[in-house]
Amino acid sequence: MTWIGWAQILAFSIVVLLVTKPIGIYITRVYDGSLHYLGRAERVIYRVCGIDPSENQHWLDYLIAMLLFSAVSMLATYAALRAQGHLPLDPQHLPGIVDRQAFETAASFTTNTNWQSYAGETTMSYLSQMMQLAFHNFASAAVGMCVAAALVRGIANRSAGRLGNFWTDLVRGVIYIFIPGAIVLALLFVQQGVLQNLKPYLTVGTIEGAKQVLAMGPVASQEAIKQLGTNGGGFFNANAAHPFENPTPWTNFLQMVAIFIVPAGATYWFGRAVRHQKHGWALWTAMFIMFIGGAAVTYRFEAAGNPMHAAEGVDVHAASGRMAQSGGNMEGKEVRFGIAASALYATVTTDASCGAVNAMNDSFTPLGGLVPIVNMQLGELIFGGVGAGLYGMLNMVILTVFIAGLMVGRTPEYLGKKIQSRELRMVMLYVLAAPIIVLGMTAIATVLPAGLAGRGNTGPHGLSEILYAFTSTFANNGSAFAGLTSSTYFYNTTLGIAMLLGRFVLIVPVLALAGFLSERKIIGESAGSFPVDTPLFVLLLIGVILIVGALTFFPVLSLGPIVEHFLMHAGRVF
Amino acid sequence: MAATRRTLLDPTIARAAVVDAFRKLHPRHMVRNPVMFVVFIGSILTTVAVARDPANVGFNAQLAIWLWFTVLFANFAEAMAEGRGKAQADSLRRSRHETQARRLRNPANRDGIELVSAEDLRKGDAVLCLPGDVVPGDGEVIDGVASVDESAITGESAPVIRESGGDRSAVTGGTRVLSDYLVIRITANPGETFMDRMIALVEGASRQKTPNEIALTMLLSGLTIVFLMAVVTLAPFASYSGVSVSVPVLVALLVCLIPTTIGGLLSSIGIAGMDRLVQHNVIAMSGRSVEAAGDVDTLLLDKTGTITLGNRQAVELYPVSGVALEYLADRAQLASLPDETPEGRSIVVLAKERFGLRGRDVGPQLHMTFVPFSAATRMSGVDVPDGELRKGASDAVARYVTEAGGVMPRDIGDIVERIAREGGTPLVVTERNGASPRVLGAIYLKDIVKGGMKERFDRLRAMGIRTVMITGDNPLTAAAIAREAGVDDFLAEAKPEDKLELIRREQKGGRLVAMTGDGTNDAPALAQADVGVAMNTGTQAAREAGNMIDLDSNPTKLIEIVEIGKQLLMTRGSLTTFSIANDVAKYFAIIPAMFLATFPVLGALNIMRLHSPQSAILSAVIFNALIIVALIPLALRGVKYRPAAAALILRRNLLIYGAGGIILPFVGIKAIDMLLVLAKAVS
Repeated sequence: MTWIGWAQILAFSIVVLLVTKPIGIYITRVYDGSLHYLGRAERVIYRVCGIDPSENQHWLDYLIAMLLFSAVSMLATYAALRAQGHLPLDPQHLPGIVDRQAFETAASFTTNTNWQSYAGETTMSYLSQMMQLAFHNFASAAVGMCVAAALVRGIANRSAGRLGNFWTDLVRGVIYIFIPGAIVLALLFVQQGVLQNLKPYLTVGTIEGAKQVLAMGPVASQEAIKQLGTNGGGFFNANAAHPFENPTPWTNFLQMVAIFIVPAGATYWFGRAVRHQKHGWALWTAMFIMFIGGAAVTYRFEAAGNPMHAAEGVDVHAASGRMAQSGGNMEGKEVRFGIAASALYATVTTDASCGAVNAMNDSFTPLGGLVPIVNMQLGELIFGGVGAGLYGMLNMVILTVFIAGLMVGRTPEYLGKKIQSRELRMVMLYVLAAPIIVLGMTAIATVLPAGLAGRGNTGPHGLSEILYAFTSTFANNGSAFAGLTSSTYFYNTTLGIAMLLGRFVLIVPVLALAGFLSERKIIGESAGSFPVDTPLFVLLLIGVILIVGALTFFPVLSLGPIVEHFLMHAGRVF
Repeated sequence: MAATRRTLLDPTIARAAVVDAFRKLHPRHMVRNPVMFVVFIGSILTTVAVARDPANVGFNAQLAIWLWFTVLFANFAEAMAEGRGKAQADSLRRSRHETQARRLRNPANRDGIELVSAEDLRKGDAVLCLPGDVVPGDGEVIDGVASVDESAITGESAPVIRESGGDRSAVTGGTRVLSDYLVIRITANPGETFMDRMIALVEGASRQKTPNEIALTMLLSGLTIVFLMAVVTLAPFASYSGVSVSVPVLVALLVCLIPTTIGGLLSSIGIAGMDRLVQHNVIAMSGRSVEAAGDVDTLLLDKTGTITLGNRQAVELYPVSGVALEYLADRAQLASLPDETPEGRSIVVLAKERFGLRGRDVGPQLHMTFVPFSAATRMSGVDVPDGELRKGASDAVARYVTEAGGVMPRDIGDIVERIAREGGTPLVVTERNGASPRVLGAIYLKDIVKGGMKERFDRLRAMGIRTVMITGDNPLTAAAIAREAGVDDFLAEAKPEDKLELIRREQKGGRLVAMTGDGTNDAPALAQADVGVAMNTGTQAAREAGNMIDLDSNPTKLIEIVEIGKQLLMTRGSLTTFSIANDVAKYFAIIPAMFLATFPVLGALNIMRLHSPQSAILSAVIFNALIIVALIPLALRGVKYRPAAAALILRRNLLIYGAGGIILPFVGIKAIDMLLVLAKAVS
């Protein structure tokens, strides 16, 4: 570990802290309807689409609208990907995509997962990238924000089950947050050298005299929304490790900030909406502590490298000056980023359900690779996906309030609303989904030959690969451990299902919870109320998240990365 | 009810509970508690494994025994809590006799007596009770006045007066008439009487899960499913890794992870909470109202009897100008000499202590006749040979003076107002020697705030509970007393409908309200309040409207009721937190033990350095079972409770039950492991 490595992590933390409040205020104004500078565009969209912006939907209507929108857009994408060979903007004449992969990809982008079992540059035409995948990058991010907005309103107001209007929330999220943000980011990326063209691929002669095909494409625009909407699907197969996607340390830094900017701002938005700003900061703090803890662990183990190298007499220490070397574990990492920026990127992208990668997580040390898995298994609530991070965290907050709230001698209440069996049932559905689906599907894959066939490695590392795939898809993260060959019938189908479940099985109870809470009367807070803005609360929240979230996965993790770690120290690798 | 406080683990109750613990193994009972049902199934699976796996008989048998103990311990805890209630119900039942009743065919003139069994009485029947009779059923006195021994219900041996009309007309079946006679209109059929309901409540026969208990059960069931998933999927993961894990070991892991501690103790906590109320001589009509008591934000307290002592005391004398203070004292004392009311005595005492005036003999020697207080004159005093002495409320005295042709001195108005503003009641003293009476001055009668009330209200405030004093006094007096007592707010010149209005207003503001009441006109407010505590001495209407009944009829007890409600909820929360926190250590005991044979490197996770895989698993299971027993007293007694702000209480409980819940099992499992090793070495 080096001071410059820590300085990067520190600088990143400070920037995240600084953007939280202004972005939070901006998001608040988007969803309370007080922002109007694109009012004319908004009105045109509503008129064309036949939306009545004054309609205040009951949570069931809100849910149905959300499901309809997702289903229709997913089917449209499936059709377009199948028919790719007959559509324009395909200079490389790439053919239609096979059914299982088209299904998986459509599910992947609709659910904000962006798991990719294909290589972008050899599979997707420019039209598919720009019309289908980029569309979902905007839309799925906005849908996540819609669900969060509904929950925020349900907690803040007493409105008899009415949570706002899905269609206006969707439109406003896209035109006020994601399009303006993506434009600014894309311009910054282009300035730094990220590609943006519609040219056919270039064939160039290399210094060795060989010929190499350089993939081209509208990369910067895709890259911007991929980070801002915590989507993570790369234009190229190598994702953000590719020099045309992420050419410089500056773009790398900017990408990480772009991943966290909306989720961090959402905590401020929440605090403002429920008129309890300190509670919003308490959530931010809990998220930040878990983020920095994960980043530190990953960085520590990546910087330490593989003890077997040291045992062979290799100098694994970082050094500067004439003998400059990064030391540690550089396998699968880009030299222009180094260990700290790679470890930080892996933490940020798995904290926030983004899934972009600038290094190959499969090549991390066992415990360095454990952190991304755990981050996702906690439920993508360490800042989390856009919208999804906030509603995931609020679920855990309500669970915490329920478990510990009794300890102050009152029946549990959260921000003045009683939490009783109706609400708790929804929270428990949310909490139950991850262990049932992730552990269940992983267990099935470890006993079926079709599941075992895809492994790139055997032993504990192979288990980690399978576990990572189901964790990442269920958590709608989309980052890959790599190693696992997932473009098979078995994995295309099961992972596609995991993504759909991970998205919609969780959203249904969240919207129901929002509806139920909006029916509760608001009780005045007093000195007898459970405090939700103290350091103690932050600790308690982290404790519940770790014990209820992470400990469930402790048995399987101990057979995967944890045993691999100890075996590596005993001189065995897989 | 005999208010005997039973020791926490009464041996006779414990013996009966042991038997009940086995009886409760019936699947129909077990299935009501999802967490313990899983343990129950696991115990059966493990027992089956003992028979089917000859290689590991010893280990599996030990596991099975301890798993069965886990189930039995939880059943025992519940049986203990129920047993305490049952014992109380039995003592209530014993006090019921096979009663004969004198039914009246013609109640108006107490005529047409026929002797029937109390069992045959129906609602609307009229009965006559003579001295020595046991009141045959709940009813309303429609004629007569009598002293009644209610010790069977209240445990209070002093008899109380019951009379027709007014707020003392309710009588309870099972009480005994001591003097005079009563004609009673029966208001409850046999089996539905207050005593019957009380027995059912105390016994817990009609116990239903409260809303919070239902929600908590859902949480515990959910967590059980989570851990079930973690353990069930471990089988394929283990076989992938080439590890063989037996069913008993998986069961052991599951039982250790699911929240058995709170799952096993949850119902006993609820029963014990009701029981604690009974110990305080309060009967809650439902568990729901006990929970509501914990949530209360506003307490409505009647001034008289709750905040202040029932009677006022003279503390100061204010003469009008032209009258000497000593003279006023002398006349005031003389006017009060034969007055036996506490106020009257206090005037005599004040004059004696402040001015050295000795109490004089009363009666014929002084040729004094006592004129007692009457509602018509609203004055009292004495007639002496040379005139009259009177004391009374200022408006009553003013009427008396002006009617007799006298004039009220100008400064008496100021004096009266000053006393009222200070929270006192002014008593104006007049003397009549000749034609017209002369006003001498006023006595300052002061409400005496009960000792320690201010501190109690401060503590309530720290807990976020507002206290509102209800009084019929004028706003000036009320404000002064409110200030002295330290209540947050007051409602002066309160009429019953004002009370109801206040409750509605508080509830609209999202607050839960508790109040006490006894009169029929309190009934609507009692019904509207979230926690309405009716005094047992109150009317039938009041007792029907409230959701709790205080057998001691002590309004101050409202504060204790709130505290018991809070303590109940705290106990639940603390044990839930403790139970979940325990999991950390259990993972570290069992996971390395499971995989050690295949992956010796995982010994690094064995941070407790437990002796062997088998002893590690066994230690965790034994700890898990024993902790239930160890916590039974806590579940029955409730966690230690000290009123404070929520943040402070949370910090304290989290430290003990959260941090303690993480640390204690590390210590406990290690200790059990060492004992197991020792036991093996010895044998």
